[in-house]
Amino acid sequence: MSNQEPIIELRNINKSFGPIDVLHNINLKVNAGEVLCLLGDNGAGKSTLIKTLAGVHNPTSGEILMGGKPVHFDGPRQAQDAGIATVHQFGGTFPLMSIGRSFFAGVEPTKWYGPFEVFDRKTANEIAVKSVRDFGITRIDNGDRMVGGLSGGERQSLAIARAVHFGAQVLILDEPTAALGVKQAAHVLRIVNETKRRGLAVIFITHQVMHAMSVGDHFAVLIRGGIAADFRKGERSREEITDLMAGGETMADLEAAISGDA
Amino acid sequence: MNKANQDQPPSDIEDSQTSSDSSDGSSKYAGLFRRPETGAFMGMALVFIVFGFFGYEKNFLSVIGSSTWVNHASTIGIIAIPIGFLMIAGELDISVGAVLPASAMTLGVTSGYYDLPIWIGITLTLCIAAAIGWINGMIVTRTQVPSLIVTLATLFAVSGLTLSLAILTTNTTQVALNAPGWAKALFGGRYLGGFRSSVFWWIGLTACFIFILHYSKWGNWIFALGGDKESARNAGIPTNKLKIALFMLVAVCTALAGICQAIQFNSAQSPTNFTLIFNTIIAVVVGGVLLTGGFGSVMGIFFGTLTLGIVQQGINFTNIDRNLSSLIIGVMLLIAVLMNDTFRALATSWSTQKKKNGGDI
Ligand SMILES: Nc1ncnc2c1ncn2[C@@H]1O[C@H](COP(=O)(O)OP(=O)(O)OP(=O)(O)O)[C@@H](O)[C@H]1O
Ligand SMILES: [Mg+2]
Repeated sequence: MSNQEPIIELRNINKSFGPIDVLHNINLKVNAGEVLCLLGDNGAGKSTLIKTLAGVHNPTSGEILMGGKPVHFDGPRQAQDAGIATVHQFGGTFPLMSIGRSFFAGVEPTKWYGPFEVFDRKTANEIAVKSVRDFGITRIDNGDRMVGGLSGGERQSLAIARAVHFGAQVLILDEPTAALGVKQAAHVLRIVNETKRRGLAVIFITHQVMHAMSVGDHFAVLIRGGIAADFRKGERSREEITDLMAGGETMADLEAAISGDA
Repeated sequence: MNKANQDQPPSDIEDSQTSSDSSDGSSKYAGLFRRPETGAFMGMALVFIVFGFFGYEKNFLSVIGSSTWVNHASTIGIIAIPIGFLMIAGELDISVGAVLPASAMTLGVTSGYYDLPIWIGITLTLCIAAAIGWINGMIVTRTQVPSLIVTLATLFAVSGLTLSLAILTTNTTQVALNAPGWAKALFGGRYLGGFRSSVFWWIGLTACFIFILHYSKWGNWIFALGGDKESARNAGIPTNKLKIALFMLVAVCTALAGICQAIQFNSAQSPTNFTLIFNTIIAVVVGGVLLTGGFGSVMGIFFGTLTLGIVQQGINFTNIDRNLSSLIIGVMLLIAVLMNDTFRALATSWSTQKKKNGGDI
């Protein structure tokens, strides 16, 4: 398994915003049929890292390789075309648009009427509704409804369903379970497992140890923009992982601080 | 994990399917009220009925009468729809007040004063307008300065340039223009007893713009851009290019209106048209476009423009004091803004909960 060519590989990725260095020398490999859990404290740089993969940011230096070949993304569109689908931490849906239109924003299905290319509302609505219903959101049955009328979790599910629909090689989920109920979170984890079984690589960001440990094959912990730990399933205990996720502080210290004994 | 799959009660699916049948009839009418143009249409109908009643004696409804206010609306309408596109995309363009006279003057100077063939003048005019739109778009997308300020700056810059260049080349601020027959017919003719060419341009463009905004993928991009710029970009929509294209569209359509005006009146004037700025924004807002972006329709803007035309010009056919037209427009604008908010709330309130209740009945 570890000898195979990784689907996506990062080599010495650095990213700064002007004078602010956010990522330092990131080296990571994600294999097909594996889930990489990206863990780390708030502000550690997780979202920034996946935004470089999604074509939103360009790395300041370093290389991204897909299937062993260096790639360069000028924008999110190119990453999408390369088979990388991303659900970003916030947003991803459009409140004043219909479910079908929001689902296909930027990748509209069209049909031809003579010389004109027309947005195929029927197909868009059918696929969008089917995708979210497959997700367990069975209350949605009309793709013409406005996204703004959905609950936060339903909107989140819509965004994830979209990425799952378009992800051809890599699926990136930035805290997808943050707004979800227990049942919907379980669905997301199931989707992650299914996606992995289909042979895609999944990058999964979460702050919940439970979620990470139930789907992760491979864990990378970011602390202040650098990889602090990189290990495979079973190599660390749950307590060790929890401590790493807290940015290196031990849980015992944190608990002491919470109760005011420190 | 597989358990989660089985957990989901199958009855839930059937439930919502049966409920959707029963609520289909009522949602058809409810859906009409959620459309952004409904309010605009009702406003126009009301104004039309009132003015039709009070202006009947003075021929408000006759061909001559109606052509007056439709002609007035057409100039605003050609510009208002692309302005509406921009507003849906979350931006504003007030430089049109200078682009219109600049375009008329460009045509006047090249094809009137210097007597070059009219097609050269028209091409040059459209190119210059496109360049102004491109500059607006570039500054807005590169600097993140609000478009109101950017286009306020270009409004003054272009208007100053128009005046000084006009004086420099022709020594006046107004030039005569005699267009050949075909150009006169295409841009400045009168048809069906008084309707100007610009009216037909307006109707034709409205059809094109309906296609673009509501049926093509670009329309989807515009709504997405105004709804959530960040998500639109992440979804792979070329947001900056789209914005620049929209600014160029506004400027080019404004130039077309300017060309029509110059050819129709056989002369071009350079003073800045501040009223046009207000008129286009009023038409768009009365037409149901949300000031905050992300929501609106072409038909709504069309109705909004007609309403404006009726109130501003139709008032001359009634005994109503014409100074009151501004009061009427002010009140209408306020009502429209309040209604737009309500319509937005209605549009998004098609929540699952309400649907469920509807199904139970
Ligand atoms: N566009 C930007 N310009 C400047 N600084 C940025 C930008 N984007 C992110 N940063 C900075 O980079 C750091 C990492 O941010 P990032 O969003 O990647 O954190 P994160 O690990 O995703 O945190 P969280 O768990 O809260 O989502 C933060 O300090 C943030 O302020
Ligand atoms: Mg983040």
